[in-house]
Amino acid sequence: MNPIFDLTWLVPLPPAVACALIILVTNRNKSLSSVIAIAGVAVSLVIGWAVAFSAFVDHDLAHHPVNATLFSIPTGLTDIDVGYALDPANALMLFMVPFLLVMIFVYARGYMTFPHHLKAADFPEAHAEGKDPRYSRFMAYISLFAVGMLGLVTSNNLITFFVFWEIMGLCSYLLIGFWFEKESAKKAAFKAFVTTRIGDALLFIGMMVLYIVSEPSSLSFADLFSEDNLYELGRTYANLGFREVTWVSIITFLILCGTIGKSAQFPLHVWLPDAMEGPTPVSAMIHAATMVSAGVFLLIRMYPLFDRALHLTSTSTYLVAGVGAFTALFAATIAMAQWDVKRVLAYSTISQLGYMVAALGIGAYVAALFHLLTHAFFKALLFLGSGSVIHGMEHGHEHAHAHGHDSGADEHASGLIQRPDGSLDPNDPQDMRNMGGLLRKMPVTGWTFIIGGLALSGFPIITAGFWSKDEILAVAFEENSLVFLALAIAAFCTAFYTMRQMALTFFNRGRTEAADHASESTRSMTLPLILISFFAITLGWIGIPAAFPVLGPIGNNWLGHFLEPFMEVIHIHVLHPEFNVVPLLVSVAVALGGLGLGWLVYGKGLPPGETDPMYRAMGPIWQIFHRKYFVDELYDATVVRLSNFVSSFCASIDARWIIDPLVNLVGKAGVWLSALAAAADHLLVDGLVNLTANFMRWCGGVLTHLQDGKVQAYLVIAMMVLGIWVVLVGMPIVLTLV
Amino acid sequence: MVPLQAYLTLAAFIFSCGLYGALARRNAIAMLMAVELMLNAVNINLVAFWRYGPNRDDLAGQTFAIFVIAVAAAEVAVGLALIIAIYRSRKTVYLDEIDLLQG
Repeated sequence: MNPIFDLTWLVPLPPAVACALIILVTNRNKSLSSVIAIAGVAVSLVIGWAVAFSAFVDHDLAHHPVNATLFSIPTGLTDIDVGYALDPANALMLFMVPFLLVMIFVYARGYMTFPHHLKAADFPEAHAEGKDPRYSRFMAYISLFAVGMLGLVTSNNLITFFVFWEIMGLCSYLLIGFWFEKESAKKAAFKAFVTTRIGDALLFIGMMVLYIVSEPSSLSFADLFSEDNLYELGRTYANLGFREVTWVSIITFLILCGTIGKSAQFPLHVWLPDAMEGPTPVSAMIHAATMVSAGVFLLIRMYPLFDRALHLTSTSTYLVAGVGAFTALFAATIAMAQWDVKRVLAYSTISQLGYMVAALGIGAYVAALFHLLTHAFFKALLFLGSGSVIHGMEHGHEHAHAHGHDSGADEHASGLIQRPDGSLDPNDPQDMRNMGGLLRKMPVTGWTFIIGGLALSGFPIITAGFWSKDEILAVAFEENSLVFLALAIAAFCTAFYTMRQMALTFFNRGRTEAADHASESTRSMTLPLILISFFAITLGWIGIPAAFPVLGPIGNNWLGHFLEPFMEVIHIHVLHPEFNVVPLLVSVAVALGGLGLGWLVYGKGLPPGETDPMYRAMGPIWQIFHRKYFVDELYDATVVRLSNFVSSFCASIDARWIIDPLVNLVGKAGVWLSALAAAADHLLVDGLVNLTANFMRWCGGVLTHLQDGKVQAYLVIAMMVLGIWVVLVGMPIVLTLV
Repeated sequence: MVPLQAYLTLAAFIFSCGLYGALARRNAIAMLMAVELMLNAVNINLVAFWRYGPNRDDLAGQTFAIFVIAVAAAEVAVGLALIIAIYRSRKTVYLDEIDLLQG
């Protein structure tokens, strides 16, 4: 075994050290804090890539994956072995995650300027510095997040996996609500936390069930995925009352629930779009590239179970495929009708995660992992690009302010403009209707965004997104035509909304003063964009199907060859889809068709005041998309209202009816009893004590006359005592002797 | 030969004189002398019992008497020193006037 693999456990450590350093030592120095945070993840990147690339060239790793124990936690009957694992699947993650973390940290260093919703007067120092007042705290949070993600990837058992999973959940909450002065951010953080909690709770139940029914009881991946254990789980039945199901399908269902929460799949997808309230680096890192893909990675990690369920044709895997395919299509249609530049990407993320889940539901393990990797790169790229756009727009807005290009009245009219296709805030730097023509103002951002957009839409041959999406479609075509249909339509929608977004943002003319005066962002923001866009194109080459004309033999499907021996080791059936030209053509057609249609509709731009052309064409259907199928409203009307009702009912029981009155009663009774006890104290106890004391004083007074200080008086007493003794004791003894 | 009872009677008489003196004399020095009388009455008893005892080779009675004389000498030395010290501070050696420890 390669000795470098022993370093795997070190990967999550440097950001942890950085986080502690920032919180404890350097939090007053913003610039230094960010340098420490970047240094932390950079060290992780060096170690992670050393490990990952050694793994890529080590042919033995797949057959003998690393599974090392650092220490054991004794838990009653069994020990939990905490340690690290390294196998082809997480080696690929170790390639992707640290790189994106470094890029995003560097980007965040430039991005976290003084936010616009705060008043400069409240934070004069931070404003003078031009940085967010909680800049250091932000760096600490994202470092902690990096610990969570890297730890999760390197875990060798479900317990630590879950711990790191929850660390990320916490960081997600803290970072979405980072600008907690904004009411919307506060609410979004709360919503994200509560929504994901549902999935996490079910996942935890799943872990417990898995621990109980596994033989031996263990949560270490190596034990769980032994041939015997998988066989037993698939063979033994649990009685649910109405029917009997195999344990493996119960467990896979519960694990799927965890993924649905974390990866924002329908019906728990509602938190992810709102999570865009957080700073954009957070959106890029947590809500596009890493944390949400942790949900998919959970499925990948637990895939031996899913594969077993799949081959038992258990309902739970149909559910995986169904949830994934439905979410992919559902979110893609919503994304077609959003105006907020980040919200489009948020729904796009949900949709793409749906692709991966659907792929796993039909057995396309390699394709899902492939898409997970490529998607992480191009979605991080798109989010960082959109953050750069927002920054540019804000600068443009300030510039327009400063030079008085607008008439004052118009400038400060911050009121919403009511439009049939959604209300518009003319000062909103995130609304695409306020943008336009930004490619000329922000060329680096613009071109990298276009690269990311083409990768997302699966532009044929040259982009990474094409290869991974095509592989999923190819498997879907063979395995399940319904899933194939849903994914193909979703791919079309994806290409369409991506072109809509690019056209509205970067092409034609600016629709506001702010867009006309937008400027390119700083180097620390554009450099990561360029570096990531490199991978958004080239990463697809690792997984070109071997049978693909011309290109296939060159690439020779490195990814498949890398993963397949490992899949056999952990008992996953390897799919070898026949090369079929139909899904390939479909994939090319939907990508180009979507982009083409998007260009036809939006290529001419959107004149100010004019409604969305698709709205004019589709009317109420577009409204349904725009309002996100009213899912939020539905939840507000049902779950939220119900829980509010239950809460206020409980509050009434608590405060008005039962608990508070009871507590008050107990309190009053206590006071009354105390008064009684006090009276008893005064009369009885004090009286007794005083009586004793007085008696003793009286005795003392009497006896004090005996001690007159005269030695001879004492002697007389002593003699008298002696005399009494002689009479009472000595004489009888003498008499008995006589 | 003088019988043992004669010695014991003498010793009892001297002891009683001493006891009376210790209890009744006002003068501290006189009281000290009375204590000496009691000690010497005891010495007479010790020596007499040795002389009339069964084992004259055992000199415990005499040895004890010599001890008592030595201890009495030390006691007188300390007692006189105390009396002089009291006299210096209170200008009296009358015991009924020395009652600092009166309760």
